[in-house]
Amino acid sequence: MAENSSFKREMLATLPSLRAFAVSLTGRHDKADDLVQDTIMKAWAKQDSFEMGTNIKAWLFTILRNEFYSQMRKRGREVQDSEGAFTERLSVHPSQYGAMDLEDFKKALDSLPADQREAIILIGASGFSYEEAAEICDCAIGTMKSRVSRARVRLQELLEISGEADYGPDAVSAQVTTHSHSS
Amino acid sequence: MIQRRGKLLPGQRDEGLGPNTEIGSRLRALYGSVQEEVVPERLLDLLEKLDSAEAAQRMAQRASDQE
Repeated sequence: MAENSSFKREMLATLPSLRAFAVSLTGRHDKADDLVQDTIMKAWAKQDSFEMGTNIKAWLFTILRNEFYSQMRKRGREVQDSEGAFTERLSVHPSQYGAMDLEDFKKALDSLPADQREAIILIGASGFSYEEAAEICDCAIGTMKSRVSRARVRLQELLEISGEADYGPDAVSAQVTTHSHSS
Repeated sequence: MIQRRGKLLPGQRDEGLGPNTEIGSRLRALYGSVQEEVVPERLLDLLEKLDSAEAAQRMAQRASDQE
């Protein structure tokens, strides 16, 4: 009895962040909430496989992400085609990004490959460690790090943030060698 | 919009995504705008139903065990 109530409580506590991640994946609130709903059902059904006291947030994010990709596969759709607020394709006009606001940022974020976008969101916004994020995305930690790093460099390019002072020499050289935006 | 960027402390891990960086602060702002929304009633209801259905099941189980 007690265990189950606390399972519910822990799920409740994670819902706001889980929804935010779902919105970042689907680009739409209605779809995101459907996805979270499916995730709650799935998680509830397999709660026996969750060990109390371990990281429920990472566990739920993993379920949600798997659910998202499996639904996309079933519909035969590419993640990059997912509907919603983040679908607008950017052509690069660097001068527009002098004054960076959130709308520009959203567009820039949307122009990233899906794996890089989710990586930088998990690390930079959801608050996961590289290790946790790698587990959620079922990839190696090194892969996660490189996705985040490429995403960051790309965002810097798109948003014309000067990397020199703040991000160190690696980011700057990567910036120089990164190919310009195509497609 | 320009924010003062935080300086890294020795040993602090920051790959340019800290809360005071250009990218980190905007990632958090976007994400936070959703995170701070009220969770829709239907999701809360669902959790509530799952939990009470399970509690009822356990009660029934216990009752039949005692018979």
